[in-house]
Amino acid sequence: MTETFAPVTRFAVPGRIAVSSRAAAEWQTATLTEVRRETPYAATFRFAVPAWQGHLPGQHLMLRLTAEDGYTAQRHYSIASPPEDSGHIELTLDHVEGGEVSGWFHSVARPGDEVEVRGPLSGFFAWPGDRPALLIGAGSGVVPLMSMVRHHRARGLSVPLRLLVSARSPEELIYAREFGAETTPVFTRSAPQGVPVGRMAAAHVAPLLAAQPEGGWEAYVCGSNAFAEHASRLLVQAGQPVDRIRIERFG
Amino acid sequence: MNVTRGFDGRPRVQNTGLPPGQYDAGDDWPVLSAEVTPDLSPADWTFRVDGLVEQPRTWDWDEAHTLPASAYEGDIHCVTSWSKFGVRFAGVSLDAFLAVVRPHGSATHAVAYSHTGYTTNLPLADLTGGRAWIAWEYDGKPLPTEHGGPARLLVPHLYFWKSAKWVAGLTLLDHDEPGFWEQNGYHARGNPWEEQRYSGD
Ligand SMILES: Cc1cc2nc3c(=O)[nH]c(=O)nc-3n(C[C@H](O)[C@H](O)[C@H](O)COP(=O)(O)OP(=O)(O)OC[C@H]3O[C@@H](n4cnc5c(N)ncnc54)[C@H](O)[C@@H]3O)c2cc1C
Repeated sequence: MTETFAPVTRFAVPGRIAVSSRAAAEWQTATLTEVRRETPYAATFRFAVPAWQGHLPGQHLMLRLTAEDGYTAQRHYSIASPPEDSGHIELTLDHVEGGEVSGWFHSVARPGDEVEVRGPLSGFFAWPGDRPALLIGAGSGVVPLMSMVRHHRARGLSVPLRLLVSARSPEELIYAREFGAETTPVFTRSAPQGVPVGRMAAAHVAPLLAAQPEGGWEAYVCGSNAFAEHASRLLVQAGQPVDRIRIERFG
Repeated sequence: MNVTRGFDGRPRVQNTGLPPGQYDAGDDWPVLSAEVTPDLSPADWTFRVDGLVEQPRTWDWDEAHTLPASAYEGDIHCVTSWSKFGVRFAGVSLDAFLAVVRPHGSATHAVAYSHTGYTTNLPLADLTGGRAWIAWEYDGKPLPTEHGGPARLLVPHLYFWKSAKWVAGLTLLDHDEPGFWEQNGYHARGNPWEEQRYSGD
């Protein structure tokens, strides 16, 4: 070989942790223990998964529903709860119009119901709580980021962590009551008196990048593809290195 | 079988083209890349094949377009469970590139890499025999950037993470070397018909 290839833009490889292939390969029963409404369109579903091997904030799982005739539907969901919540996991699901899986959760599911999960999956979006974390999400994209915020609190970590979260309105801001000084919400349709309405913009990102912690931020972006494209571009324009941006797109 | 109380699911479709555990995404084409979408113009795009070959070579956009055109019309399957039917891609068969570089007999696997640094590993047998392409057109138009344009690898008989977006090259090896998702717990081969999603499947 005479040339070695140097990518034009680099990418945040490798993943943050090694992933257990045993956990990913096995379906486990998850028993619904509690349903909590978060917003008019989103609810949190708490499950007991006694043999859950644990996860890192940011990881997701595969969830499967099975009909009487053996037909199955499976989807990915980010884990909302922190690893400290052992033997339990929480998922927060948007109610997607006409959605096969989220529709069942929002219209049929009640405590005692059993579903199946496998995971945790993917180490790429995981945050072990080590590097300063700049979290940017929109809508249900805040779910894996909330696991990071909760972990940060549960452990009393001193490593810097900031969350920039976009929602249509205060009523649609998932986990609104739980946010603290680490969080800046951005409202795109309606906002409380005195708070501007508009899309996430350079002005939201710039101050965070101007105040870089030592070693710089590891950025985690999560949401729809459209939001992920927008937010990752804002980060790059504000000077965040491309290889320190991790993106989880919900499709 | 663990039946979920009250779950009926969508009306069943008898679709023999749907691998196990997959659903038909219809007109949707989800984007799931984990990296920042690169700003890569055709003029900046290159494609290299090296490693265990007689004659390593790099093609630029125009050179690659002098190779015989070849199209794929069929289905694609993503590990996140969606499949998409009757898609049309156009580009050049990978066989045409390989015929120029002439793989050594010892080459058994390849690592495909992207202009972003993304990597994925494949058995060489999955890349030959008219089953893999370098694709730059989708549905008669230039391949959109977020779907891997200007050009991506296309290996439609495997889960779609193997079809590296923004493809920059292939390195032929005499062993298997896990790529990006494969190091993150995904299956080494990713055959949707055997539901090889995660390592251990
Ligand atoms: C890594 C990852 C993590 C995720 N995390 C979360 C999370 O934390 N929270 C969350 O809410 N979501 C999350 N998602 C999205 C989630 O996986 C599902 O895509 C989402 O819940 C919708 O699934 P569904 O079965 O309800 O809808 P689907 O049935 O998949 O439908 C989606 C849309 O397509 C239409 N549609 C699709 N197929 C058909 C058909 N055959 N006939 C008619 N209409 C159709 C539906 O009407 C609907 O509008 C995540 C996705 C990924 C990839």
